[in-house]
Amino acid sequence: MLGYYVDLAVRSLKRSPGLTALMILAIAFGVAASMTSYSVFRAVSGDPIPWKSAHLYVPQIDMWGQKGHRDGSSNNDPPDAMDYLDAIALMRDHRAKYQSAMYAISPSIVPPDASKHPINVGGHAVYSEFFPMTDAPFKYGSGWSSAEDTQRAAVVVLNGEINQKLFGGGNSVGKTVNIDGKDYRVVGVLDNWSPKPVFFDVVNTGGFTTGHEDVFIPFLRAIDIGMPNNGNTNCSEIPKSSGFVGLQQSTCVWISFMVELDDKAAAAAYREYLDGYARDQKQAGRFSWAPNNRLRDLHEWLDSEHVVPSDTQISLVVALGLLVVCLVNTAGLLLAKFLRRSSEIGVRRALGAPRMAIYTQFLIEAAIVGLTGGVLGLLLTWIGIHSVSWVLPKEIASLARLDIGLLLLTLLVAVVATMLAGLYPTFRASRVQPALQLKSN
Amino acid sequence: MDIRPILFTLRKHKLTCCLLVLQIAFTCAIVCNTIFLIGQRLDRIHIPSGIAERELVYVELSNIGGRTDGMARAAQDMAALRQIPGVTVVTLPNEMPFDNGSNNMDVRTDPNQRVATLDATQYFGENLVKTFGVQLVEGRDLLPEEYVDLTDVFTMLANKQYDKLPHSTLITRDMAERLWPGQDPLGKQFYVGPGMPFTVVGVMANLIRPGRDRMSNGAGYSSVWPVRLTLEQGDGYILRCAPEDRDRVLKAALEKLRANDPNRIVTAKGTMEEHRHEFFQNDRAMAGILVGVCIALLVVTALGIVGLASFWVAQRNRSIGVRRALGATRGNILRYFQTENFLLTSMGIGLGMVLAYGINLFLIVHYELPRMPALYFPVGALILWTIGQVAVLGPALRAAAVPPVVATRSV
Repeated sequence: MLGYYVDLAVRSLKRSPGLTALMILAIAFGVAASMTSYSVFRAVSGDPIPWKSAHLYVPQIDMWGQKGHRDGSSNNDPPDAMDYLDAIALMRDHRAKYQSAMYAISPSIVPPDASKHPINVGGHAVYSEFFPMTDAPFKYGSGWSSAEDTQRAAVVVLNGEINQKLFGGGNSVGKTVNIDGKDYRVVGVLDNWSPKPVFFDVVNTGGFTTGHEDVFIPFLRAIDIGMPNNGNTNCSEIPKSSGFVGLQQSTCVWISFMVELDDKAAAAAYREYLDGYARDQKQAGRFSWAPNNRLRDLHEWLDSEHVVPSDTQISLVVALGLLVVCLVNTAGLLLAKFLRRSSEIGVRRALGAPRMAIYTQFLIEAAIVGLTGGVLGLLLTWIGIHSVSWVLPKEIASLARLDIGLLLLTLLVAVVATMLAGLYPTFRASRVQPALQLKSN
Repeated sequence: MDIRPILFTLRKHKLTCCLLVLQIAFTCAIVCNTIFLIGQRLDRIHIPSGIAERELVYVELSNIGGRTDGMARAAQDMAALRQIPGVTVVTLPNEMPFDNGSNNMDVRTDPNQRVATLDATQYFGENLVKTFGVQLVEGRDLLPEEYVDLTDVFTMLANKQYDKLPHSTLITRDMAERLWPGQDPLGKQFYVGPGMPFTVVGVMANLIRPGRDRMSNGAGYSSVWPVRLTLEQGDGYILRCAPEDRDRVLKAALEKLRANDPNRIVTAKGTMEEHRHEFFQNDRAMAGILVGVCIALLVVTALGIVGLASFWVAQRNRSIGVRRALGATRGNILRYFQTENFLLTSMGIGLGMVLAYGINLFLIVHYELPRMPALYFPVGALILWTIGQVAVLGPALRAAAVPPVVATRSV
């Protein structure tokens, strides 16, 4: 029976090829536009560490007080980064399962081969717990130990790409790298780790950057040798003394901080601890205001830092609008087409076809339109995603990929949407009184 | 033309008509808002900078390891760069227009003011005004004897020797107008940090501030200070030359800098025009995508109208024949379908305007966009009316071509 209905549907569609093409094109257009936007949107808002994002938190402490807050910031939010003093205090107290203060660095590496030019690399100065906390994937070796944190050891973790450049991609653990004129021992090599967005340091990267995370060195060592901060610095007042040391003594914020907490209870306890810390600071006379802290989990944090560009969200809204218009369009055309076939339905009903059969026949016809539109839409989506790289900045466009999930979703949306669009006309068509239709001819 | 028969016919196709009206309404609403969004991007892309964009090239360098003789080395570099034929003036600023990072300060007109009047960017660097080609409309440029080293500024701040700090500064007309509306800003003082007073000695026509995030606070709130920098403190060297010399000057500059110290890495280089182009890449991309979606939307709606109209024409073939046989001219039939389309489109536009306003409100609340000017509504309406009429023309002409004899057939 199904084969017969398909045959009928194809015949009917062939009878008005222009209209059929229109319906198919409309669906294809709508599906392609919304799916292209969706894939861009998902690429940008995608969870970089889905298995753990609920356990990662970013603490914020108000070390500026009311006077330091930007005028017009209505929510009284504390600064989104930390000053040196508080970051070190939080690290010393060590209240979370894992925690790390970090700041962006941009040192130069002098290759062992003297004929090669020195290269400028990007990276972060972090604590040893950074690696287990972020689940950074190691190809060789591992991170350094907490003892090496306090010893300010000259150790480095390389990312895959720079390891490729310096050591041809081999196991370089134990070898030496010259960073800013000093020798560092390689303890681990990451497997081309580049989470998007760069969730552990949103403040300095804006989430998306073309810069690389090439090297990671111990935080305290970087401070000791005065490796300058390559990220943002925000001050509520001018540092009392100059240079990097002055920055460390100031209340300027330039350090990112992240902690891992196992459950809600741990998060509540940590929140308690932060408030206690702020109260202690108030008692010590450093703060003259009530504790004003935040502890956001990774999702809330990315959201509060506006990591998903509002541009992408707007384009998604616009594209969804386009899909709606296309579906309404198809519904209108299907309706017109189906209602015209009252006499055909009348004949079939008079010959004994039950309502169910009419439903099946017409829904199959709608589904064929939807499926064809979906497949064509898929093709257009593929073209769309490839042309996105023409217009979008590289760092976002390279993330937008057509994957199997998206592919199936595309087809499903097309078919379901058309069948929904075909439902009402079918309902109307199956209500036609057979006798009435036969009479009128 | 009497529209009553048209309305009567349309009532027979209630649902189809409703869907068409709905589609036109959606299209109208989305097109209005999209054009508005595109306009906003274009405004941003074409923002005037106040600098001689076509005459500037820049080189950003990074040292390997720390250096102590920064000031002397910067002077040596700049002297070498000035000797390049075609280079008129060189500066080492702390930031460039169209950078993403920026250096900012809160400005108060009264030291005891609780809420700062505005925040503005601070440009440092010798010969900055001349190099950038910023136009001074009032007062004078900063004098060579007013300049101090940034390192010394930090020392003075640390020792609270505020009186030793340079006191003169240049501000833009935009900033002056915001600080002292309608008054002459020359000689006026404003306060920064812990109530430190600074005197306006000159007013610049315009100078754009860097930092995408800061532009919404006032793209023209910029100040220039008599502070000298080392290469580490600065952003990079900026050279001014004739537009046609830029490539040659850039190449020569790289050679000179390499000759001065081969142990440095060039981290960025190019012309200011390229720098600006890159800065607005996102906005251009977004405008492109929106234009694409807009066109797709209009095409789909036009096709939908063509489809439905053709359908109706085919359906009413016989009644058209009857009308023709009863004396209606081809023009009558043509106008009938055109009027029908006009009515449907107008209904759609009416509904669409309400929707457009709703979408705009939604965008205002969620994405901090400004209110859409009323001008966009008639523009959207006009586009939809045109699209409707163009789309219906084909089917309407076909309807007009139906011969009267059809009336006598098929019965």
